[in-house]
Amino acid sequence: MTENVISARGLARTYKTRKGPVEAVRGVDLEIREREIVGFLGPNGAGKTTTLRMLTTMIAPTAGEATVAGCDLRKDPVGVRRRIGYVAQGGSSAPEATIGEELVDHGMLYGMSRADATASGKRLIEQLDLNGLWDRQTKALSGGQRRRLDVAMGLVHGARMIFLDEPTTGLDPQARANLWEHIARLRDQLDSTVFITTHYLEEADALCDRILIIDNGEIVAAGTPEELKRRVSGDVVTLTVAHEGQAADAAAVAKGLSSDGEPEITGVTVRFRVTSGAEVLPRLLRELDGVGVSLAGVEVHRPTLDDVFLTLTGRTLREEAA
Amino acid sequence: MSALRETRIVFNRAMRLSLRNPAWVIIGLTQPVLYLALFGPLLRKMTQVPGFPPGTWWQVFVPGLLIQLGLFGALFVGFGLIAEWRSGVIEQMRVTPASRTALLVGRVLRDVVVLVVQAAVLVLVAVIFGMRVPVGGVLLAFVLVALLGAACSSASYAVALITKSEDALAPLLNTIAVPVMLLSGIMLPMSLAPHWLRTVSEINPFSHIVDGIRALFRGHFSSADSMWGIAVAAIIVLLGITFGARTFQRESA
Repeated sequence: MTENVISARGLARTYKTRKGPVEAVRGVDLEIREREIVGFLGPNGAGKTTTLRMLTTMIAPTAGEATVAGCDLRKDPVGVRRRIGYVAQGGSSAPEATIGEELVDHGMLYGMSRADATASGKRLIEQLDLNGLWDRQTKALSGGQRRRLDVAMGLVHGARMIFLDEPTTGLDPQARANLWEHIARLRDQLDSTVFITTHYLEEADALCDRILIIDNGEIVAAGTPEELKRRVSGDVVTLTVAHEGQAADAAAVAKGLSSDGEPEITGVTVRFRVTSGAEVLPRLLRELDGVGVSLAGVEVHRPTLDDVFLTLTGRTLREEAA
Repeated sequence: MSALRETRIVFNRAMRLSLRNPAWVIIGLTQPVLYLALFGPLLRKMTQVPGFPPGTWWQVFVPGLLIQLGLFGALFVGFGLIAEWRSGVIEQMRVTPASRTALLVGRVLRDVVVLVVQAAVLVLVAVIFGMRVPVGGVLLAFVLVALLGAACSSASYAVALITKSEDALAPLLNTIAVPVMLLSGIMLPMSLAPHWLRTVSEINPFSHIVDGIRALFRGHFSSADSMWGIAVAAIIVLLGITFGARTFQRESA
């Protein structure tokens, strides 16, 4: 049986602010196995980064306990640090230092000899598409290159447990797709376990073996992307009526055809679920026409993680991100 | 011991980056050199004034400039740390198993090295202009300047890490640096001061260090002034480094 690389019970963090205590994380339980890519998905302010910083010993939990890579967070934080890699959100390199210098210095702070750190660094720049840039100053790198350097720094000492905090935020789509490939390769070729926080649905969907959805400091759901989407049964139909006054009428028609639950009205849109969008659509349009509702548009889609999030929390992730 | 190795790694890195960008090192020197060249000559006649401390005007004035160099140079290094914090360098070092104290001391040592080099340049310029002081006195004075620099640099890093904001750090440092400078007898010696002002300046550790260096420049290596100056410097270094190390260890720092 594979042992858990991370095991946490009731991890919590409360901040004391001038306006009173703020519970950033309220009791998180985690079990993460070897060679998994696990995603922590949630809107900004959900407690993702705080949880991550607790697991990487950057801040102390106010309650709960955890074991990371075999070491207890509270009793042996230095042991944890030795065995994990961390890629922070905002970047991690000095603008005037070169890639080579940053990699070697970082490796040496983990106890590696200069020779070992240099060898590891050179291997990594090749694996991460940073060839020929050993002597380039980090301020001269593109956003994507700098992020790959951050990942290389997280890996230089050979840790098999890597934490990535919002790794693709701020990157253009090409750089993002490129980084996803590299992260997947970490698991496939280097047998690493990867813990990612993100607020991008596509990222969690495309990259993660398992997703933990966090909202308001608590985990509200966990499972593979498919498992989570299956919770939201059938297709989602979204109607856009021409006049807000007709939304209620449209909803009444929708209710008759929906597979479960009340249709949701938001302004001029009505969302509801059906077993099969393709089959329901002709009848739906006919009935709406019969009642005199004029439609501005209609959309049918398979459930996405946004729908999962909506079902669980009553808000959509896209609204949060806006 | 790994903490020493880690300190060496942090020091090497900091020195490398400073050498790559020596602008600040040079700018730090301009203030004292300008004072030496443009203000110093005004003091030549002051030695006749009753109450002026013993020694040539060089031996009274240059120690003050060394303190000014140490104070203003070292107290403002915090801004560099805030820049490192913003670029994520501090977090990146804190996530390694490296000792928190090593992260502080490596940087402080770099500041001390830079300071001593600047002090040497200042003394050299003064010698070229005609200052004559015993070599032993100058070397011991460098030790005092190094200690003072270490104390101010550690304290500056600690405050920088706590405030994490240039807007908060700048006024705080200025509020501290200016009265300290005025009350240490740097430009004009405190022996010229009325009684109440001299009493207030006694509370200021830097005035004791200035007097210590003045004694060393006169060749009095074991006088009360020089001994007291060394003792005070040692005390503030201990306080400064403790403050700095504690802050680097604190979690959200």
